[in-house]
Amino acid sequence: MNLEGLPLLTVLIVLPLVGAVVLWALPAGLRERVRTVAVVVTVLELVVGLAALTAFDTAAAATHQLTETHPWIPAIGASYAVGVDGVGLLLVLLSVLLTPLVVLASDRTTAGSADRLRHYLALVLVLEAFMVAVFAARDVFLFYVLFEAMLIPVYFLIGVFGGVQRRYAAVKFLVFSLAGGLIMLVAVIALYLQGPGGPEGFLTTRLTGLEMPVLTERLLFLAFFLAFAIKAPMWPVHTWLPDAAQNATAGTSTLLVGVLDKVGTFGMLTLCLPLFPDASRWAAPVIIVLAVVSVLYGALLAIGQQDLMRLIAYTSVSHFGFIVLGIFAFTSVSVQGSALYMVNHGLSTAALFLTAGFLVSRHGSQRIADYGGLQKVTPVLAGTFLVAGLSALSLPGLSTFVSEFLVLVGTYARSGPAAVVAVIGVVLAALYVLIAYQRVFTGPVRPELAATPDLSGRERWVVAPLIALMVVFGFYPAPMVDLVREPSQGTLQQVGVDDVAPTQGLLVGTGTDDEGSTT
Amino acid sequence: MTSTIATVTAAPLPGAVLPGAVPADGTFTQAWLLIALPLLGAAVLLLAGRRADRWGHWVGVAASAGSFVVGLLLLIGLLGRDAEDRVLDLHLFRWIPTGPLDVDAGLRIDPLSLSFVLLVTFVGTLIHVYSVAYMEHDVDRRRFFAYLNLFVAAMLVLVLADSYLLLFVGWEGVGLASYLLIGFWNQHTPNAVAAKKAFVANRIGDLGLLIALMLMVATFGAVDFDTVLAAAPGAGEGVLTAMGLMLLLAACGKSAQFPLQSWLGDAMAGPTPVSALIHAATMVTAGVYLIVRSGPIFEGAPTAQLVVVIVGAITLLFGAIVGCAKDDIKKALAASTMSQIGYMVLAAGLGPIGYAFAIFHLVTHGFFKAGMFLGAGSVMHGMDDSVDMRRFGGLSRYMKITWLTFAAGWLAIIGFPGLSGYWSKDLIIEAAFTGEGWRPWVFGSAALLGAGLTAFYMSRLFFMTFHGRRRWDDGHGAEQDVAAAPVRHPHEAPLLMVVPMVVLAVGSVALGGLLALGDGFVTWLEPVTGHVEHHEPVLPVWLIIALTMLLVLVGAFLAWRQYAVSTVAVPAPAGSALTRAARRDLHQDAVNDTLLVQPGQYLTRSLVYGDRTVVDGAFTGLGKVLVGAGDAARRVQTGFVRSYASTMTIGLVVLGVVVLATRI
Repeated sequence: MNLEGLPLLTVLIVLPLVGAVVLWALPAGLRERVRTVAVVVTVLELVVGLAALTAFDTAAAATHQLTETHPWIPAIGASYAVGVDGVGLLLVLLSVLLTPLVVLASDRTTAGSADRLRHYLALVLVLEAFMVAVFAARDVFLFYVLFEAMLIPVYFLIGVFGGVQRRYAAVKFLVFSLAGGLIMLVAVIALYLQGPGGPEGFLTTRLTGLEMPVLTERLLFLAFFLAFAIKAPMWPVHTWLPDAAQNATAGTSTLLVGVLDKVGTFGMLTLCLPLFPDASRWAAPVIIVLAVVSVLYGALLAIGQQDLMRLIAYTSVSHFGFIVLGIFAFTSVSVQGSALYMVNHGLSTAALFLTAGFLVSRHGSQRIADYGGLQKVTPVLAGTFLVAGLSALSLPGLSTFVSEFLVLVGTYARSGPAAVVAVIGVVLAALYVLIAYQRVFTGPVRPELAATPDLSGRERWVVAPLIALMVVFGFYPAPMVDLVREPSQGTLQQVGVDDVAPTQGLLVGTGTDDEGSTT
Repeated sequence: MTSTIATVTAAPLPGAVLPGAVPADGTFTQAWLLIALPLLGAAVLLLAGRRADRWGHWVGVAASAGSFVVGLLLLIGLLGRDAEDRVLDLHLFRWIPTGPLDVDAGLRIDPLSLSFVLLVTFVGTLIHVYSVAYMEHDVDRRRFFAYLNLFVAAMLVLVLADSYLLLFVGWEGVGLASYLLIGFWNQHTPNAVAAKKAFVANRIGDLGLLIALMLMVATFGAVDFDTVLAAAPGAGEGVLTAMGLMLLLAACGKSAQFPLQSWLGDAMAGPTPVSALIHAATMVTAGVYLIVRSGPIFEGAPTAQLVVVIVGAITLLFGAIVGCAKDDIKKALAASTMSQIGYMVLAAGLGPIGYAFAIFHLVTHGFFKAGMFLGAGSVMHGMDDSVDMRRFGGLSRYMKITWLTFAAGWLAIIGFPGLSGYWSKDLIIEAAFTGEGWRPWVFGSAALLGAGLTAFYMSRLFFMTFHGRRRWDDGHGAEQDVAAAPVRHPHEAPLLMVVPMVVLAVGSVALGGLLALGDGFVTWLEPVTGHVEHHEPVLPVWLIIALTMLLVLVGAFLAWRQYAVSTVAVPAPAGSALTRAARRDLHQDAVNDTLLVQPGQYLTRSLVYGDRTVVDGAFTGLGKVLVGAGDAARRVQTGFVRSYASTMTIGLVVLGVVVLATRI
């Protein structure tokens, strides 16, 4: 099949939107089958996503491919410009992979009724379109608009379909995000004014490598960074996330934490660093400290949680700390680690949220203390939760380990103390995962839980792909690494830092080109 | 590339002249089957579900046995090559090609790894067979075999890896298998807690391995054995010391060495075959493997080596003292394992002179300790799962084969002349007496004292269990005035359990002597450990042997007098302060609790509270202030707008906060 001429990314953006319209317009007779329709749409979307992967030239992963550029609002310099490099492609693929699983995981009880399920799934599809678009955007204005537009479906997904305190959680999410986003808007406009202007003045390529006064660059960097740090979320602007995760449905949390929050770290990597290289270097030491604090703080808070969903949210605060750490350590190994971490954390946290969601749907409680001994009753559910938990603690053999390892060794080369302190997070991760597993799944079976059904066939289909991918990419991550290697090195060049060479490599590596003599 | 490095680095230390690896060919290209077979077994057993309940265990046995056969073929292949060609690398696939750091997955086949392969698969297969009968009445027997196969696969990854990173995969893999198997009967909460404790203690050790990996990447730009070990002699002592200490931390976690020893006793919560395979014969010895494998790093870091020896010496005495006081047969054996691994670590810390001895003792220990654990399992099988030795006694009459096979293990471990343990432990004691200054005297004495203690606690265990008066009721009343004696009907175990015990007993008797013939085993390991000229101990060898024998005799005699001749009290007597401390594992849990657990819990609670009140409170407080300010600004209408965006920002924040405050 010739994919050359097809605007695949636009198809990927439009298809879910069409799907959402179809769901809303579904004739009454078909509304019982609403999930089937949504599954078909999202699987189709996944197929298009895989087509995009085959059309992508891995050997040139650093250059943006599948590009499309059309004037949008030339008067203010905004274009509809999309295209992905290896990192963007991976995140697009993550989005189109997780959405069908979230759709399949939802049922009537998730949304409240069959009709509400229709709205729920339509919103999920709208969100999918925005997620794909934001990772593909190559125009700063377009990126900003999508960055804000994503809030709308998420606001409704939390506020309408969530738990007891859903409205509080939804508004808190909105206020935090808007606060960051609007500060970013100021910076977006100011950045445009620094650039060459013109009808395509918002293209990222036009805004890269600008000469700016030091103070201006730093302020712009901080504005962007703040928005991304709230989204990511980093300590201390993380407090919206536990409330959101506690109250949202498991599916919403999966997309929110698994994909959407990656926009924060993706933005740091693909906007903050290339647009403001000097300011990035200036701020890096402080950001590294904040990242390490996030790693440990998130992990300790996770250990202390009583609510399963809040626990998972805090583990993500810890994991986002690792991602930010790797990005701002500025070594090609650590940056590759962070890029992979974004994808692997998406798989891992999706498995955790969805499995926890299946558990919660059986008894309606998220309190860890309400469970016990379920391993004997629901061995498959227990096994799935354990594997998901092991991926959260980065067990070697699962994909998360590769990324965490790369972040740690890459960071060590630049900042030894940061890496050594962050590695304590590895021990804490074992605690928060195993304590939760112990309390929910081991011990004597509680009488009221003795009849709990194990995972159904549908539920197994939701988690099986995630586990399979985590295992495959745990042992054979090379295809993913191939996609992020050149982009990461390109980013470092833009930031203007050299990779750290091994100290002893300089001494012994002379004359060989396959080891030691790194750039 | 190895040769390039060797030419530009300083002359390697004596004993570190190791042959470089050659690419694997012929039979050796099939070495991946060693890992693939048990891994496939585990996958089949886990995925097949209840359908496989009736035959699943035999799949497990077959997978392990198949792996052993492949190992044998590789042994034949390796023996057919010249000694200097016995280090082979089998490249498997590109693993993590990041550019500056390229890690490939590959297997290292050499005398050291193959010794482990054979130990793990041979003892492992026997224990699989034993488990078929031991776990017969467990509804989850299939899952048990899946985990056992997973363990074998992970352990083989650990020992066959050709890089520290792949080793780490196996390292944590065995940790996972250990966690799953300790907590196999997790409906009993203490078992689940013990499993978690083991995993977390191991993770603290793993932290060391991770930091060592960071140091290797930063120093050498690589993590494969070839590059790292060849370049190590040229690196600075500071970085090698750091690396060595971090590797030691990892070894302490995995091998239950001081100060990370506290998990091993609790790990006895797992089914007894697990204790035999994982927590006696194989996994817990991985720390010794790591240190021996990393020889060139330690040889460039004398301080780290000294710490290794100290840790080994402390642990060998620690374990021996604890072993003297335990009444739980499995916990006494666990303490003994800890102590014996202390011997191995001590030997490994002595440098090239001790490497081969450490591995030698590791192999013989694998046989006699696994044999004794299976014996303990047989006793438990006959005594309704009781583990309290104070409720045993006189069992030699009821379980003849168990008694005989256990006797073989007992004599082997105390170093009875001619048996396996005699050959291997004696070498370590001699090696501990070599060196200069105060060290040989201190470490030699510790090793010597340990031998005496070993004789005491193992004889105590043996006599309390199999001899002396019967402290249980055989259905016709208790033998003496034992109050509330439980009724037991001890009997010999079924054939599937007996055969592995007999095979291991034969190994306990003969293996040491066979491997010691003409220094055969030590020479076999030389391509990895390097050739070392014999060093003279500070005492004459005959005197060391005589002293060892004397202490062993004294230890065994005291135990015989106290536990075979005198009556054994059923409620344990109060005992001395040392006895009471030893029963509580020298207060290891109290120390950990005070130093780590309680402060950790306090910190976590404070942070959870602070996150709600301080961090989140700051933002909600800021929101309230902004609402107030916004209201004021609107009333007086004096705000000068600097830009649309900033107005929008404040406006929307205010709006948001209003919404938040009123809770739509």
